[in-house]
Amino acid sequence: MNKLILGRYFPGDSWLHRLDPRSKLIAGVAFIFIIFLADSLQAFALLWVFTLFVMRLSGVGFRTYVRGVRPLIWLILFATLMQMLFRTGGATFVDWGPITISEYGIINGFYVFCRFVLIIFFSTVVTLTTKPIDLTDGIGSLLRPLRKLKVPVDELALMLSISLRFIPNLMDETQRIMDAQRARGTQFGEGSLIQQMKTLVPIFLPLFASSLNRAEDMANAMEVRGYQSGTKRSTFRQLSWKRIDTASLFIMVVLAGVLLVVRTI
Amino acid sequence: MAMQVKFHNVAADYKLGPIRQSFVLQSVNLAISSGTFSAVIGPTGSGKSSLLKVLNGLLVPKQGQAHIGDQVIEKENDKHVYKEVRKRVGMVFQFPESQLFAETVLQDICFGPINFGVPFEEAKKLASDVIEQVGLEQDILTKSPFSLSGGQKRRVAIAGILAMNPDILVLDEPGAGLDPKGKAEIMSLILNWHRKKEMTTLLVTHDMEDVAHYADEVIVMENGSVVMHEEVRDFFSDDQRLEKWSLELPNARRFQLKVEQDTGVKLPNICLTKNELVEALIKVGLA
Repeated sequence: MNKLILGRYFPGDSWLHRLDPRSKLIAGVAFIFIIFLADSLQAFALLWVFTLFVMRLSGVGFRTYVRGVRPLIWLILFATLMQMLFRTGGATFVDWGPITISEYGIINGFYVFCRFVLIIFFSTVVTLTTKPIDLTDGIGSLLRPLRKLKVPVDELALMLSISLRFIPNLMDETQRIMDAQRARGTQFGEGSLIQQMKTLVPIFLPLFASSLNRAEDMANAMEVRGYQSGTKRSTFRQLSWKRIDTASLFIMVVLAGVLLVVRTI
Repeated sequence: MAMQVKFHNVAADYKLGPIRQSFVLQSVNLAISSGTFSAVIGPTGSGKSSLLKVLNGLLVPKQGQAHIGDQVIEKENDKHVYKEVRKRVGMVFQFPESQLFAETVLQDICFGPINFGVPFEEAKKLASDVIEQVGLEQDILTKSPFSLSGGQKRRVAIAGILAMNPDILVLDEPGAGLDPKGKAEIMSLILNWHRKKEMTTLLVTHDMEDVAHYADEVIVMENGSVVMHEEVRDFFSDDQRLEKWSLELPNARRFQLKVEQDTGVKLPNICLTKNELVEALIKVGLA
C-alpha cells in the first residue's frame, strides 16, 4: 500500500513546485496528446530527453519514479508483448502461425513501452510536485467554464478534495482493522487464492461500515456549519497565474511543433 | 492455565513508507508473573499501545526478545510462533467494535476460535457461553452486529476475544467512549473473567480509578520505556511522585489524605476503594 508513488506529493521547493497547478495540469494532459505525435526513433529520443530533463527539475530522485512505474509494469509488458507478437510487417524473424515477431512488431512494441513509461513519468512529475489540495483547486478552476452548462463544478472539486483528504485516515483505519483481525487469527497472504480473498471480507466490511458512518458525520458537520451546494463561494487559497506558467505552456507548444515537423519529414 | 510474560531489552519502531518513527519502544525490560492484573499507564505516545502490539506479534521488535509463555518473539520469527502467540494472547483493541464484520453476532464471535482450529459446533457452544458472560441475551446471537447499540457492539467484540479462551488478555482502554455505568459493567465482567480463568491481564488505561479498583500491579511508561513497575498499593502511597508524573490519585485515597490532614489521625492502611476507606474509618473510630 505504501509503494504507490503515482498520486503522491513530495514536498520540495523546485521550480516545478512553484508553478501554478493549472499550468501543470494542462501540461500533463497536453503531454499525453503530444506523445502520440511521435512516430520515429528520433521523436522518442527527443521526448525522453525532455521528460528526463523535467524529472531532473522536480528535484525528486530517479528511483522514486521507477518505483512509480513498478506497479504497472505487467500491464505495460503485456501491451508491449501484444505488439511484438501479433504485429506483422517488415522483416519477419519468427513465424509460428498467428504469432510473428517482425521488425515492425519490435519497433511498435518499443514505442508502446516508451509511451506508457513516459506518460507515467510525466504525470508522476505533476502529482509529485503539486499538493493534492492545489491539484483539486486547479481542477476546479479549469472546469469552471462548464458551470455554464450547469455542471456542478464546485461540488465535484469539493468531493475530490474530501476524498483525497481522507486517504490517510482510510490507510490508518485499514491498518488498525488488519491488526485486529490478525490478532483474531487471520493470516493474510496465505493459502489458495479463494482463501486469500476470503480474508479480505473481515477487512472491507468494517472499513465500509466506518466509511459510511464517517461520511454521514462529515455531511452533518458541513450542514451545521451552513454548507449549501450551488452557492458561490470564495476560496481561501488563491491561484495565481504567473509569467513562468505561460512560459511553460509555451514550451509544450514548441515541443508539439517540433514533433509535428519531425513527423512530416 | 496462566502464562508468564517477559520482555528482555525490547526495542521497536514503526515504518510507514518513507516515514520512520524511531524507537517507539526502547530497551523495555518487564516481567509479569502469571495470573496478575496489571495496569499500563503513561501519557499519549509513551508506547503503551506499541507494548501491547509486541505482545501479540503485530509489532516485531528490532532488538531484544519478548517471552510469552514458552514462545519467544524476536527480530525474525517462524510463522507458527505468531499463530501460537495469537492463540494464547487475546487482544482487545481500542474501540474493538470496529472489527465486527460478520452477518450475525454468532458468526463474528466464532471467527477467532475457528481461525485457531476450534470446530464450528464447539465454537457455537463457546459463543453462547461467552455471550452470557458479557451480559447479553442469547437471542442477540442471530442478529446482525451492525444493528446493535454502541455498548452492545463493544460487548460482542470483547466476547469475540474471550471466546478464543486466551491465557493472556490484553485490553486497550476497553471503556473508552462508554457511559460510566456501561464502562463499570465492562470492567467488572473483565475482572470476573480474569479471576475465573486465572488469566494474566494487561489493561491500558488513563483512569486512576480503574487502576485502583482492578489492578494488582502498575506499569508506568514514558518515552517508550517502562519507568516503573510496582504493586498498586506501593504505587499510590507516594503522592509526591504521582504529582511529578501529573497523575491523579483515586478518589478514596485523596479523601483519605484529606481526612488525615484535617483530623491528624493516620489511617492504618492505604485505601484505594470506597469500601476499604469505610472499613478503615470505622476501625479508627472516625465513622
